[in-house]
Amino acid sequence: MTRYIVSRLGITVVMAVLATLVIFLIANTVPGDPVLAQLGDVAASDEKFVAEWRTKFGLDLPLWQRYLIFLSGLVHGDLGISIASQRPVLDDIIQFAPATIELATIGFVLALLIGIPLGIIAAVWRDTWVDHIARVVSLIGVSSPTFWLAFIMLAIFYGGLEIAPGPGRLDPIALPPERVTGLLLIDTAIAGDWETFRDAAAHLVLPSIVQAAATLGLITRTTRASMLESIQQDYVRVARAKGLKKSTIILGHVFPNAVIPVVTLGGLAYANLLSGAVMTETIFSWPGLGLYTFRSAAALDFPAIMGITLVVALVYLIINLVIDISYAFLDPRVTR
Amino acid sequence: MSVAGEAAAARRIAPVPTKAQRWRRRYGLPAVGMFIILVWIVVAITAPLLSPYDPNLVDVSNRLKPPSGEHWLGTDALGRDVFTRLLYGSRISLTTGFVVVLVGAFFGTLLGGIAAFARGKVEEIIMRLTDLVLCFPPIILALAIAAALGIGTVNTIIAMLAVWWPKFARLAHSMVLTQRSQEYVEAAVVAGFGPGRILFRHIIPNSIGPLIVLVTLDIGNAVITFAGLSFLGLGVVPPTAEWGSMVAEGRELVAQWWVATFPGFCILSIVLGFNFLGDGVRDWLDPKARKR
Repeated sequence: MTRYIVSRLGITVVMAVLATLVIFLIANTVPGDPVLAQLGDVAASDEKFVAEWRTKFGLDLPLWQRYLIFLSGLVHGDLGISIASQRPVLDDIIQFAPATIELATIGFVLALLIGIPLGIIAAVWRDTWVDHIARVVSLIGVSSPTFWLAFIMLAIFYGGLEIAPGPGRLDPIALPPERVTGLLLIDTAIAGDWETFRDAAAHLVLPSIVQAAATLGLITRTTRASMLESIQQDYVRVARAKGLKKSTIILGHVFPNAVIPVVTLGGLAYANLLSGAVMTETIFSWPGLGLYTFRSAAALDFPAIMGITLVVALVYLIINLVIDISYAFLDPRVTR
Repeated sequence: MSVAGEAAAARRIAPVPTKAQRWRRRYGLPAVGMFIILVWIVVAITAPLLSPYDPNLVDVSNRLKPPSGEHWLGTDALGRDVFTRLLYGSRISLTTGFVVVLVGAFFGTLLGGIAAFARGKVEEIIMRLTDLVLCFPPIILALAIAAALGIGTVNTIIAMLAVWWPKFARLAHSMVLTQRSQEYVEAAVVAGFGPGRILFRHIIPNSIGPLIVLVTLDIGNAVITFAGLSFLGLGVVPPTAEWGSMVAEGRELVAQWWVATFPGFCILSIVLGFNFLGDGVRDWLDPKARKR
């Protein structure tokens, strides 16, 4: 088991280093001269000035030396300076991350709470109307463009019925709590400010439903397929022969054996929620990483885009590592 | 006859599904999917015949008009006819969906097949490269590449292709690994066939089922991803009519809901079509799945 975990860790580190190389190559093989883009026409016509500028930013060095400089910067947490905000990209990311984590986590929990029971029910009552409804619901969830679903929810519940709060994390007049974790639900609870807590919670409802929609479909379908596979096993027949109750068999025997694919998918789905946030946050003006990514892309702010890509790739790698290790505990056979 | 016996008898003579019911159960959803896709293909081809308007004709005096007899689905912020733009938008969505998945599947399958066939160092390199691309969230990596290449339909397709091939490479790799230990492959080797012929004429045809399933399910996925990148401003160059960018243009117009709502329905319908079809194809090609 230890050997397995160590080898998984090693692979993750190698992949992380290779990922930095990929990002570096994308950023440095941009068609069009970055010098021209940064300096403007007048300054770029002065050859001496351009040469100085190239030396200053190390653009005259060979590619591999620039990569090493980039890498040593990364080790010190230097992701570069955002062109749009003129702040270190890492500072921006740290500022915007909590909003995204809060939204993704609540959307994820919502998807699990609905998706897993729905999948189990669909498997147990296969080919009945419950199963058909579960299938259509999950297919519609998977097929809806997130950015559009977000718009529709906002248009209906905020614009039309006026029962939901508008975009953003808080009402414009509400006083945000002192930043401890950056997660508003936790920070307001720490401050004991229950009015703002309610406000923050109300603002989370629509975007988290949107976030949950696509994930819900995936989780329902995976749970159903995995349950159906386990239900046909011999130990289920044995359990039935022993006279166990149906609910005991399903929840106590079948479900624990069917849970592994759901864990894998769940981990990936959570990572996808973090990147799917780009769409949701843009519509809901949610001040998180997604909105930051959207603005950076719109402004072609390369340091910011590359910084985000790298951070999200690292999160992806770490989540995959956690999935692999939790596998080892759920099913010791994989370590052999 | 005892009560229990009667109950058992009653259960046994439960109505046998008629032929029509069986057909509906087996082909119903995929048929609906196929129908939706065919309708969109016809619309994409005949778009200029279906609408009297020019999709890019700006008419500011007619801006943001609600749906009416004249403009069935209203007009957008520049007074362009939404319905017409939707018809033309289907061309981009269908083309990008098919191109990305088919080209991605071709290169992915080729690389995966070569990896499984060559073994050794070549396999190592190709499969680690696959892992490397897969360790990025697809939409974020595509976004970074698209931003680096510059805005434009072709560039966005290239960016998507760069993140699209690995899943096919992985699938082809595992399929070929399973197939190559089969006896018919040994027979082909003994018969003196070259590796290329064995790969394309023997192994791939035998493992094509899961590949077709993935392709069908994936086209909807590609359509949605392209629309998403377009929504973020990295897809088509304005004023090209494209569904994702149409939603983006209307995203702040909550009162003029028609601008953003209808393009979204178009994306939903076409993706749903491919998912219905893909679900059915999986059931036919995988008898184990059909039983469920």
